[in-house]
Amino acid sequence: MFDEYTMSELTSILAMQGFAGLILFSVLVLMALGLAIIFGQMGVINMAHGEFMILGAYVTYLTAKLFETYLPSLFDGYFFVAMGLAFLASFALGVLVEWCMIRFLFKRPLDTLLATWGLSLILQQLYRTIFGAREVGVTLPDWMMGSYPLSETIEVPINGIFVMVLTLFISLCVYLLMFRSRWGKQVRAVVLNRPMAGAVGINTEKIDRYTFGIGCGVAGVAGSAFTMIGSTGPTSGQLYIVDTFLVVVFGGAQSLLGTIASAFTISQSQSTLEFFLSGSMAKVITLLLVVGILMLRPQGLFALKIRH
Amino acid sequence: MRNPSDLRLSNAGSPCQVSGRRLAVKALCALPVSLLLASHMAWAAPATSEVNTTGLAVTDDTVTVGILHSVTGTMAISETGSVQAEKLAIDQINAMGGVLGRKIEYIQEDGASDWPTFAEKSKKLLVNDKTAAVFGCWTSASRKAVLPVFEQYNGMLYYPTFYEGLEQSPNVIYTGQEATQQIIAGIDWVVKEKGAKTFYLLGSDYIWPRTSNKIARKHIEKLGLTVVGEEYYPLGHTQFNSVINKIKLKKPDVIYAIVVGGSNVAFYKQLNAAGIKLTSEKPLLLTISVTEDEILGIGGENIEGAYAAMKYFQSLDNPNNAAFVQAFKDKWGKDIVIGDVTQAAYLGPWLWKAAVEKAGSFDIDKVRAASPGIELTTAPEGYVKIHENHHLWSKTRVGLAQKDGQYKVVFESADLIEPNPFPVGYQ
Amino acid sequence: MQERAKALFMPRQDLIGFAVLALILIVILPLILDVFRLNLVGKYLTYSFVALGLVLCWGYGGILSLGQGLFFGLGGYCMAMFLKLEASDPVSTKIQSTPGIPDFMDWNQITAIPWWWQPFNSLTLSLIAVVLVPTLFAFIISVAMFKRRVGGVYFAIITQALAAILTILIIGQQGYTGGVNGITDLRTLLGWDIRSDNAKLVLYFVNCILLFGCLLIAQFIRKNKLGRILVAMRDREERVRFSGYDVANFKIFVFCLAAAISSVGGAMFTLQVGFMSPSFVGIVPSIEMVIFCAVGGRLSILGAVYGSLLVNWAKTSFSESFPELWLFAMGALFIGVVMAFPNGLASLFLRYIEPYLPAWYHGKAKPVQPAEVVEKAPLTSTDTQPETATSKSTEKQSDETVPVNSLEGGVYVD
Repeated sequence: MFDEYTMSELTSILAMQGFAGLILFSVLVLMALGLAIIFGQMGVINMAHGEFMILGAYVTYLTAKLFETYLPSLFDGYFFVAMGLAFLASFALGVLVEWCMIRFLFKRPLDTLLATWGLSLILQQLYRTIFGAREVGVTLPDWMMGSYPLSETIEVPINGIFVMVLTLFISLCVYLLMFRSRWGKQVRAVVLNRPMAGAVGINTEKIDRYTFGIGCGVAGVAGSAFTMIGSTGPTSGQLYIVDTFLVVVFGGAQSLLGTIASAFTISQSQSTLEFFLSGSMAKVITLLLVVGILMLRPQGLFALKIRH
Repeated sequence: MRNPSDLRLSNAGSPCQVSGRRLAVKALCALPVSLLLASHMAWAAPATSEVNTTGLAVTDDTVTVGILHSVTGTMAISETGSVQAEKLAIDQINAMGGVLGRKIEYIQEDGASDWPTFAEKSKKLLVNDKTAAVFGCWTSASRKAVLPVFEQYNGMLYYPTFYEGLEQSPNVIYTGQEATQQIIAGIDWVVKEKGAKTFYLLGSDYIWPRTSNKIARKHIEKLGLTVVGEEYYPLGHTQFNSVINKIKLKKPDVIYAIVVGGSNVAFYKQLNAAGIKLTSEKPLLLTISVTEDEILGIGGENIEGAYAAMKYFQSLDNPNNAAFVQAFKDKWGKDIVIGDVTQAAYLGPWLWKAAVEKAGSFDIDKVRAASPGIELTTAPEGYVKIHENHHLWSKTRVGLAQKDGQYKVVFESADLIEPNPFPVGYQ
Repeated sequence: MQERAKALFMPRQDLIGFAVLALILIVILPLILDVFRLNLVGKYLTYSFVALGLVLCWGYGGILSLGQGLFFGLGGYCMAMFLKLEASDPVSTKIQSTPGIPDFMDWNQITAIPWWWQPFNSLTLSLIAVVLVPTLFAFIISVAMFKRRVGGVYFAIITQALAAILTILIIGQQGYTGGVNGITDLRTLLGWDIRSDNAKLVLYFVNCILLFGCLLIAQFIRKNKLGRILVAMRDREERVRFSGYDVANFKIFVFCLAAAISSVGGAMFTLQVGFMSPSFVGIVPSIEMVIFCAVGGRLSILGAVYGSLLVNWAKTSFSESFPELWLFAMGALFIGVVMAFPNGLASLFLRYIEPYLPAWYHGKAKPVQPAEVVEKAPLTSTDTQPETATSKSTEKQSDETVPVNSLEGGVYVD
């Protein structure tokens, strides 16, 4: 199929396709990380994950509007402020939700699933009431648009690089937080043995609250970043939710490493297939592969062995 | 699929032909009648028993119609504009004295972006509320879901969206374009004016983009030009980097894009980010799915330079449209934008009013019989006329997307284009 | 024990409950509602098949599936394929480029009916497929999952992912499945016009009869040893396993049964509504069906019917008057039911109404005071206590006694 192209054209396309795969990988990791933290550490499935992402997106939209009106000179840098605010907003909402809902359902993980689904409906309608049913357009600073030419024929989208860097940054933060900080140690202690963690003086309620908050906060940052590549509307969260769940399930729910590995597998197979087949077929084949592997290995790629 | 012969049978009694001379004669004959009617109406509306013989919701001073769109769920994004347009039209008609001396009241139902809900609600509007007409639906799927209901209970649906064609129901008036009206003139223009030779067809994966691309491909091949790629992505897909790379590799003259919904935003943002500057027209992008409504979400800076083939743009320069845009903004806020479908939805109540007045009755069968040949000179898009096949004769226009989210009209077909929902040679 | 279980297959209270439901569905509703509303009730009742399946596998078996829409949809599609083939005879499709095939195939340049559509030319094979295909699907899923002791939340999201995948597959393969439009415009069943008022009435009663059939099956299981093993397994899986039962097989059985019951609902849905679309297979309807079950009471098989009727009736009337508010109400319902009434309407009935009913309702068994029962009853239901007592106890203190505990969550890997 590539007979009519020169070698250099092919190389550059392959390089760009490699980047496309990496971008998709970053996007999937960013989407799934928040969910994986909450699920892995608390056993709670947050069905309102997509709505927390969209909260981040709307915060970005509002920040952009504010900067446009009041601080046009600083508009170039607004995105970083917006991401910070998106994290804070989603974190705050997450903590609130944990405080008035999740903590009562703590022994009934399946029920949290239904309750957070209810929450997602309420949030969707709330967004619709506040921001209108139509999508909103988030203006980006000029430097974030367009592409960066690596060579004469290879161009890399700047927002793609931005998402990749952001994913690296967030993953690193999560890693440090979970595996290198005192707090992370406490979280893991609570996961492994809650009564014992409580007995040695860890405030398990507080740990739960902040874990949930951080998971939601990461979702908010993801949502903020996705204003660069996707739409912002009351129901946009639903666009991401299927992929997100798939990544988490496929990775093996309780392992962050599994989430990353599964995002990598899914993104690479999808972007490679997309290149050689049509888009819909690529998606279908990827999904079938995922199902097939899940049938053989239902606990996902990486499963932690946990005592109950 | 409907059998067109059904329709012809049901319209056999219609006196309306499209021949210009007969129209003129008819108009002359109708003049005294309408004068009579107008003077009559000023005194008293015709008796309810005369204008409503089938038990519709018509009283001495009101008539009830239905509005059936999604105000919740994923489709609310698109359908909101249609609801607003229909309400505006109804308000305006009421301000002018209503239809046959009766004020229009509407019952609004929410289809909730869910096709079975559409079917349920349409049944409610027809069976329970006995509405005289229903303005509604947006997606093809919702129309397909309500179609059997409208045919069974003999309702009248005014459907606003441009769609794939392949349908012609006696119970639906299609106020948007069917596929050939939107596609062929647009492609002809891009070939003639821009010298396009190669096309890359891209769409969301469902019936409308697939059918439209099929027609586009046939037409492109008829012109002796080539299609270098054809791709479909699932609805709601948000990652287009791979296909953008493929486009870069194939270097088509034209990207023919029929991406819809949330995918739209992702596609144009990523296209822009990948360094394909639409303003340089290398490649040129021609779409039939992005109206001003969608640009709100996409952002003008991301789609600047793309061309769209539609029948209506908010920026159309004519007195009808100026009045319409003004009225729309007065009612729904100054920042609001108006897309092709919104305008088509606005036509619905007006076309219904005209048909009811021509028939002198609210009865569905009489309104149906009166519908072919109905003209609207006050349409924001200009002049439209209902064809015998229940679609509208309308012009095709090509607009160039501007940074402020509006289109600049760069081409307008000279004549009204005949609707042809079952295009021979394109199937 | 065995003898008692037989005697209690239909204790007086349940008998009265069944009779009241039958009275409402078969006599009262058809008398007071017009055909349009009755058809709507019929549609709601098809969801109660799914809710009933969920009572069995979630309430009793402790397996929450968020993919029941998958089975409902598959059942519905099997029925729709038969009806579509019947509707696409060469005469009524003569304007197509290939007459005699379903319209959506023609639009997608398919010129012959694919081989896997062929069995659906026969009504018998189709009816078999309605039940068999979803059950087989459920069997494959459940064997893969339960044999490896995957359960709880993880199972829930896998089923959800599967539902999402099937939706994408159906939408993506529109030439063979009708895509996002679904299979529409179904008219006749063996020449009998299913759209007429008369047919709607008949279908409504058929639906009711099938529903009662499924309710009786559920009642049988509930009152049988099998039901008690399910409850035991739900509450103390390890103990049941160590008692020598193969837990996985029981789970597989109840999951397949729930799937089969749901698929009947799906087929009846197609017949009564006249089309089937992928919007029934996905995540949203699957979760909504769980809420029907939760509102009715996840332990009450009759509650499943009332729950689905009530929620859907509320949805219809709410969205008729306040479409914007509906999502708030629905969201609040989800949260409220889960947090305040984990056993739904049934628990309200058991606590506030049943004790005050006259003696004939309770029959020979002495009316038991709820407080007394709570003292006597163990925290969770076991197979030594009569069913009524356990349901009373479970509703008393939601946090401790709800049939879920730490065993339910997480991934079971040995």
